[in-house]
Amino acid sequence: MRYLPLDNKDRSQMLGAIGVKDIEDLFECIPKQARSSELFDLPCHKPESEVEKYMIRLSDKSINASSVPFFCGAGAYKHHVPSSVDHLIQRSEFLTAYTPYQPEISQGTLQVLFEFQSQVAILTGMEVANASMYDGSTACAEAVVMAKRVTKKHKAIIAPGLHPHYSLATKTLASSVDIDVCVLDSEISSDYEVIDLINDETACIVVQSPNVFGEIVDLTPIAEKAHQHKALLIAVFTEPVALGLIKPPGEQGADIVVGEGQGIGVGLNFGGPHVGLFACNKKLVRQMPGRICGETIDADGNRAFVLTLSTREQHIRRDKATSNICTNSGLCCLAFSIHMSLLGGKGLRKLAILNHEKANLLAARIDKINGAKVLNSSFFNEFAVELDKCAEDVVDSLASKNILGGVPFSRLNKAGAKDILLICATEIVDQHDIDTLCSALEEELR
Amino acid sequence: MSMNTQGRITAPTKINYNVSKSFSGNKALEQATKLIFETGNFNKTGIDFPAAKGLEYRLGGLEQKKDIELPGLSEPEILRHYVRLSQKNYAIDLGVYPLGSCTMKHNPRLNEKIARLPGFADVHPLQPISTVQGALELMYELSNWLTKLCNMPAVALTPKAGAHGELCGMMTIRARLDADGNSHKRRVFVPESAHGTNPATAVQCGFFVDELPANDKGCIDMKVLRSKVNELGENNDIAGIMLTNPNTCGLFESEIIEISELIHSAGGYFYCDGANFNALVGRVRPGDLGVDAMHINLHKTFSTPHGGGGPGSGPTVLSEALKDFAPVPYVIKDKLGYYSLVEEIDEMSMGRLCAFHGQMGMYSRALSYLMSHGRDGLKQATEDAVLNANYILASLSDLMSPAYSGHCMHEVLFDDTFLKNTGIDTIDFAKAMIDEGYHPMTMYFPLVVHGAMLIEPTESESKYELDRFIHTMRGLAKKAKNGDVESFKSAPQYAPTKRLDETLAARKPILRYDA
Repeated sequence: MRYLPLDNKDRSQMLGAIGVKDIEDLFECIPKQARSSELFDLPCHKPESEVEKYMIRLSDKSINASSVPFFCGAGAYKHHVPSSVDHLIQRSEFLTAYTPYQPEISQGTLQVLFEFQSQVAILTGMEVANASMYDGSTACAEAVVMAKRVTKKHKAIIAPGLHPHYSLATKTLASSVDIDVCVLDSEISSDYEVIDLINDETACIVVQSPNVFGEIVDLTPIAEKAHQHKALLIAVFTEPVALGLIKPPGEQGADIVVGEGQGIGVGLNFGGPHVGLFACNKKLVRQMPGRICGETIDADGNRAFVLTLSTREQHIRRDKATSNICTNSGLCCLAFSIHMSLLGGKGLRKLAILNHEKANLLAARIDKINGAKVLNSSFFNEFAVELDKCAEDVVDSLASKNILGGVPFSRLNKAGAKDILLICATEIVDQHDIDTLCSALEEELR
Repeated sequence: MSMNTQGRITAPTKINYNVSKSFSGNKALEQATKLIFETGNFNKTGIDFPAAKGLEYRLGGLEQKKDIELPGLSEPEILRHYVRLSQKNYAIDLGVYPLGSCTMKHNPRLNEKIARLPGFADVHPLQPISTVQGALELMYELSNWLTKLCNMPAVALTPKAGAHGELCGMMTIRARLDADGNSHKRRVFVPESAHGTNPATAVQCGFFVDELPANDKGCIDMKVLRSKVNELGENNDIAGIMLTNPNTCGLFESEIIEISELIHSAGGYFYCDGANFNALVGRVRPGDLGVDAMHINLHKTFSTPHGGGGPGSGPTVLSEALKDFAPVPYVIKDKLGYYSLVEEIDEMSMGRLCAFHGQMGMYSRALSYLMSHGRDGLKQATEDAVLNANYILASLSDLMSPAYSGHCMHEVLFDDTFLKNTGIDTIDFAKAMIDEGYHPMTMYFPLVVHGAMLIEPTESESKYELDRFIHTMRGLAKKAKNGDVESFKSAPQYAPTKRLDETLAARKPILRYDA
């Protein structure tokens, strides 16, 4: 077996050194009835070439995003990732290292985390960020639980434009710690309705911008009302590239900002792994979940980095920890951080403008199609289209023509409107893709 | 796996600013590396874009007009920056990484290639089901392997890491209890030796923790457990137990059958922390032990890379009693071989744990590992992992102090008795290992022994590497006993940094770059 260095000679020598005759002797502590004697109904080992062949066949059974006109978004975005990103994250020293518990031999990972935290804080307009969560949805759920700890109140209000998967993940986690989660029905421009629901019992309000329909929400009036009632505004985003062009949530009064970082550096991966971003104001940092890297000095007085404020965490505080999170999204932070360092603020702005322009062109074209109406008054790179037909049928039919034409809203929320199609155009979309989609849509809606 | 404050020094005794340094700040191959914020600038970008068309914005008046103060660097600068940083990291590919309970095994490179195949890496989670049949088939196949290896009827694939799998299992247990009208059952037994994630998870699921002490053999004190269960009587509030097996002392809980019967008879459920599954794969099936739920760390047992702290993946196998309460989504296959995703939450399901379908990138790597090993290779890997740990135990037990007598499973636990009266602590011993070119073992965990050193070599180490490691550990143990305190206290000397002032980091947190 190619991954196992010991041979039978080694094994018998080692058994001799241990002082046992047979490997079975080392498993004697396991009760006989628990030692499985039956052979597992699973295949035996395979050479690399066979595994690879099997996997390539499997891979070929799916339609991949790069091979067709592609317009899916709704929480996962296809952007071009520079080649150097994937090359660098495969360096053994990054790929095969553990969490940096021994800082003297983990400065590579630690400096990356410090730079990552700085980038996320600047991007979101917040004072501090942690070293990542699993993804945007779990970051959102943890933020709501954190708001309960900070405010000592139990009511969370979720605005109608929050991605339905995020609101379900939040409900799952929050309801088990006695948070009363109020979710409003999804509609495109009703996010401001939460303002009337905020009162002294409110712990937090969760608002996504751009929201799941792509509409950009002005967070400032919501933040003002929240703060009048000592509630926290949790701002959510699913597309980090949007922050290249939109005013950051930190400048609109958000207390906690959570989001999905996948759009920068990570790739689609059929939904995971992605990378959760989590930022807040400095005064809340000791209530923050997850790992945090900080700057310090070593015994020679040189700058060095180390995981810090760990008295919030499970390995120290156990049942009193702020979260149970341990492993997070390390390597995806690295990918995000490399891509972001290549972009810089200037490149991010350019990338964001390209995305917005592509979506603008597409929206204008779609609006002219009979039986399709763009519902948004504002958007970044995705928008909602009301169709004369069932969106799921249209998308399936487009797929049969090798066009991945967007996400039917009902895919996210079965009870939601059946005729709404979420369409996204990033910088990878070209004129040919737009023409192909629009003529196919015209045909579908004829 | 864990850091603990028990006797742990968190700052160097003195800071010496007068050490001689090179003019460049470099140390031969090791290059000084400033922050990107100090070398990049806001007007530079390492990516070429086509010119914008200058269309009117439709941003609802929320345009960001100010510059974004993020530094940019060109591609050659980026390569230098990250390659230099990488050289300040220890890694499995460099040497023995014996972190107990972390299972730092070899990460096969085939898996990296597989995970990047376009049908897995370049598919969107919300594409029409007909266009992602290959991805769903892979998830279905992985489920098949995991359920068979565990002899459990179902698996929830979505949890994003081990601790997330714990949440999945414990919330599923809670959903079952609530469905049966047992919402008063909220007590969860957790052994003292448990990973910190266990008590943290229990609380995050709305349970409270009842700690179980260990006996002098490092296993659960059955007398205490029996009397607790008896005292609580018939209308008890027992929700279940969270137990790692083998436990974090590297020992198999040999009373496990009685434990599971005891918990079940009290109307509770048995959660097994699968962090140490590497000791059992292909030899012991958790379903045969009465386990109701167990997460499997694909990033430990099934070789997906740890990546400096993730991403992980924590699929959670579920028993007959719990499977109907599993979270969405999951994959099903019809008679014609067509795969679908069940995304709708029914009355029984505990809900959704995260957006989309979990960690596809880890599923593909894990399945590649499983197929490569096969049932025979998996069993051999398990045996080699246990053999390697016992070889270390046998080779060090005369000079170091094993915490418990007898053989161990896949990891071996020492305490700090052998350092008694030397003036050297576990942390000093660990830092001295760094100078010898080794990543330290897990230290000060588990909490049940003093100054714990938990060593897990995994099956990936050759006898040659083990012998070198043993030789080094013996040398260090002798040196410690000979009273060479200063060299331990000042270690590491050869690492990229000396010991860090962690107290300062926590007292005056600097958590980001500030111009």
